[in-house]
Amino acid sequence: MSSLKQTPLNAAHRAMGAKMVDFGGWDMPVNYGSQIDEHHQVRNDCGMFDVSHMRVVDIKGNGVRSFLRYLLANNVEKLALPGKALYSCMLLDNGGVIDDLIVYFMNDDWFRIVVNAGTAEKDIAWMRRQASKHAPQLSINDHPELAMIAVQGPNARAKVWQVLPDTQSKTEGLQIFQAADCGEYFIARTGYTGEEGFEIVLPGTHAEALWRALNKAGVAPIGLGARDTLRLEAGMNLYGQDMDETINPLEAGLAWTVDLKSERDFIGKAALLAHPPARKLVGLVLQDKGVLRGHQQVHTAHGAGEITSGSFSPTLEKSIALARVPKDVQVGDTVQVAIRDKMLAAKVVKYPFARNGKSLLSL
Amino acid sequence: MSATLPVNLKYTASHEWIRSESDGTISIGITEHAQELLGDMVFVETPAVGRKLKANEECAVVESVKAASDVYAPVSGVVTAVNGDLDSTPEAINTDPYAAWMYRMKPDNPADVAALMDASAYQAHVDSEAH
Repeated sequence: MSSLKQTPLNAAHRAMGAKMVDFGGWDMPVNYGSQIDEHHQVRNDCGMFDVSHMRVVDIKGNGVRSFLRYLLANNVEKLALPGKALYSCMLLDNGGVIDDLIVYFMNDDWFRIVVNAGTAEKDIAWMRRQASKHAPQLSINDHPELAMIAVQGPNARAKVWQVLPDTQSKTEGLQIFQAADCGEYFIARTGYTGEEGFEIVLPGTHAEALWRALNKAGVAPIGLGARDTLRLEAGMNLYGQDMDETINPLEAGLAWTVDLKSERDFIGKAALLAHPPARKLVGLVLQDKGVLRGHQQVHTAHGAGEITSGSFSPTLEKSIALARVPKDVQVGDTVQVAIRDKMLAAKVVKYPFARNGKSLLSL
Repeated sequence: MSATLPVNLKYTASHEWIRSESDGTISIGITEHAQELLGDMVFVETPAVGRKLKANEECAVVESVKAASDVYAPVSGVVTAVNGDLDSTPEAINTDPYAAWMYRMKPDNPADVAALMDASAYQAHVDSEAH
């Protein structure tokens, strides 16, 4: 247990009755009570997540924008307003996904990137290696001393303003995927649930006070269990499950994040152009009783596929999944999923499955 | 974790409880400790009535939001009934695990049931797994 890394909120989680698990080397709360109740709490009201294990990386210096144009598969030229954010993959030369991340345009000499916990070290090493070749003047510094609290749900922003009234004037005009630097709090209108809300980056030393103040204002703590079912319903990829270094973004449902239209060159572009995708990511809804899970085999009229993420959807009260299948599989098709010794029917659907408190499927 | 285990039940190392019924059959469910580990139940798959089971054979599955977990036959015997209520209310395993029986069986040898762990032996087993 002592070898696991802890966020600044570790003691607060334990005091609030969290069940703690080893999450990629971090001692993290999986739930505080019923995971399904926590899921509904976020869809219907609001909840807060400790995502301090994610890593903030600041890239500063002259020419940072042109470096990121080359480093990332999405195009940072889309970021014109200060604080604006972009979701992007960072690719290997062969098109495999090193990580998915959010990049914020702070000013002409400063971009901020938030990367996944489990990939942070290799991400930073990759960024530095590329910078040494293409932009050695840049400084690349990560900030493990920063904590991050996501407050999500239809009432999330109002609760944050209640607890941090000084930040309201700077954050109430934020567009979706835009952040404001509010002194010690960096507040972004982003999230991983398909609901309204903020993600708040702050010094780790301030994290427990904010966590407790939010809780006092009626914001319930939510564990990683519900975080996973919320993001799955919202159709958001999870690195390491839905894509990794062996999968390119076009086969992971992330073509919308890859800019292949502009003249711009970026790492991985040549490989993506040379190898048109043979597979794609689709949504599945189980028609029979059971639960879809990652790595279950999918049998389609066009060949075999595999579930990348699957669970029970508390909003739909059915089992749902993301699956990588041959590209000719179409929405509306029925496929068979091998679950233990049975083959169960699932319907191919367009995802997201649910957002903003509601199911998006008409079944 | 629950403080006290029902003393009228028998237990297995794989966290099933076993209740002896007046008709000579036994009812099988999963313990408070098992449901606590698994979390919110969403699906239960029970064995077919009439199926012959060997002791320690996988014969049922409970699925929570988090994970699927096998349920094992505590002794050898034949399945005589299943609890169909769990199809629509799998969460009963969370709310009242010792009432939410999954299946019943007729043991080949009643002495096998008597030889299973009692409450204090099972508690010691749970405590030993905790570290």
